[in-house]
Amino acid sequence: MSGEEFVPLSLTPLLIGTFAAIACALPGNFLVLRKQALIGDAISHVVLPGIVVAFLLTGAISTWPMMLGAAGAAVVAVIMIEAIRRLGQIESGAAMGVVFTTMFAAGVLLLEQTDTSTVHLDVEHALYGNLESLIWLDAVGWASVWDIQALAGLPPELPRIALTLAGVCLFTWLFWRPLKISTFDEGFARTIGIRTGALGMALVIVAAIAAVAAFDAVGSIIVIAMFICPPAAARMMTNRLETQIAWSIVFAVISAVAGYVLAGYGPLWLGAVDAVSAAGMIATVSGLILACTAIWGPCRTRTGAPGST
Amino acid sequence: MLELAADQGVSIPEDSLDDSPLAIRGLTVSYGQKPAVFSVDMTVQPGAMTAIIGPNGAGKSTLLKAALGIVSPLSGQVTVFGKPLDKQRERIAYVPQRASVDWDFPARVIDVVLMGLSGQLGLLGRVRFRHISRAMDCLHRVGMRDFADRQIGQLSGGQQQRVFLARALAQDAELYLLDEPFAGVDAATEKAIIAVLKDLKTAGKTVVAVHHDLATITDYFDHVFLINTRKVAEGPVAEAFTAETLQSAYGGRLATAQIDQISRALG
Repeated sequence: MSGEEFVPLSLTPLLIGTFAAIACALPGNFLVLRKQALIGDAISHVVLPGIVVAFLLTGAISTWPMMLGAAGAAVVAVIMIEAIRRLGQIESGAAMGVVFTTMFAAGVLLLEQTDTSTVHLDVEHALYGNLESLIWLDAVGWASVWDIQALAGLPPELPRIALTLAGVCLFTWLFWRPLKISTFDEGFARTIGIRTGALGMALVIVAAIAAVAAFDAVGSIIVIAMFICPPAAARMMTNRLETQIAWSIVFAVISAVAGYVLAGYGPLWLGAVDAVSAAGMIATVSGLILACTAIWGPCRTRTGAPGST
Repeated sequence: MLELAADQGVSIPEDSLDDSPLAIRGLTVSYGQKPAVFSVDMTVQPGAMTAIIGPNGAGKSTLLKAALGIVSPLSGQVTVFGKPLDKQRERIAYVPQRASVDWDFPARVIDVVLMGLSGQLGLLGRVRFRHISRAMDCLHRVGMRDFADRQIGQLSGGQQQRVFLARALAQDAELYLLDEPFAGVDAATEKAIIAVLKDLKTAGKTVVAVHHDLATITDYFDHVFLINTRKVAEGPVAEAFTAETLQSAYGGRLATAQIDQISRALG
């Protein structure tokens, strides 16, 4: 494919998909190890009341108020989950279950009880996003990457998700050591002065922000898949956290690129005429990678499990 | 009942807190309705090896965790070498119960020992050769040098316990607090651990361990602290570890035959 065709039509969706995948996979590593991986699923449900409230307050379907509403709802949910977990001394999965079903129900109720139900809040759009539509029509070829005027026409989702990814990377780099120690041994972490409660909260809030930004660009299917599949697959490739993070990024990139290409061209290769949803295909590829590592990964056996040596 | 404990905690005069490696006054901890530890005072002797003993559910681990700030007490004061805990973190090393962590965590033995150096390394400090060689020295002291590159989940229980001890050694502390270091370990590990702890004592360090095997108390420790939610007895083994104190800590749960055996061992 030539630059004239690739840059306007495929470059931006590829970048957005890749950035979204990495932004979710990075915190996903810690969430999976902390057995809090379900938080991605929880966040994608709890944003509904936030979006509805944002719409009620502003009366318009515009991006920023809705994203802020979604992020606000995600943070409220995260705080509620932590509070229920710590005060009730119950497992985090149970706390998530209570919070996200309640908030999702509240969102549906709000939607039905107010006149927002007449507004078209598209379910399919929320689930699969619309990655293919995030094109860059001002670009004419690779030269446009250096053209200020053309860059102004970039889909706004790209700078948003790029900024989010930068924030996620900064957080992971800055708090790498405390995150690693407190994920492995919370009691020990506290004795050396790590504020494990605040750090755990910060991690889920970062995950929530990544989820909302990705949700806006590519839909919730990718969010749920990328929090779990690349980190879980990476865990089966290595026994070191540093290497696991690297593998999870590799898998996230492969899923995004291969998923996008397969969605666009796969059906044509098979003789069909239409393309399929890129977000759905990206999630599918990440699931296939997870399946492959579960069968062939070098570190897939739980040590101490029956049958392992 | 809990209000009463709070009163007691407040009424302790400041000057009763001395420079002891670990001084606890009026400590009450509760997980629910019933207190797990009730109004406990403890003064750890410097340079000694103290065993915390008591029946299951007597609050031994809770006492240790509250002393370290891992669980928040309802009331009470903890000082470490005469100062509040927060200012003395680098003088304490803690060895948690082995079962308290997930050993499937993706880390090698050396990675876990290096966690003991995080105070030195700070937030972003790079791990350099001297850190690695210090971690290797600590592994050598517990006889685990050859296992540095193993994934921690591949170790036996005793080996995991020794890795935890090596991490504590890497902290180079003055007060070592260990939660059941001998629980479920093989005889070789038990010997290795007690040798390291006795070396620490010889070097003038203070060791406090939650312990469950009454038969080895006289061999391993020189002070005991008996607890059954409340403090039962505290002092040198010869004075505080007697048939009477054991009976009052364990009640009917300790067979009379066992007490006879221990009193005979004590002469």
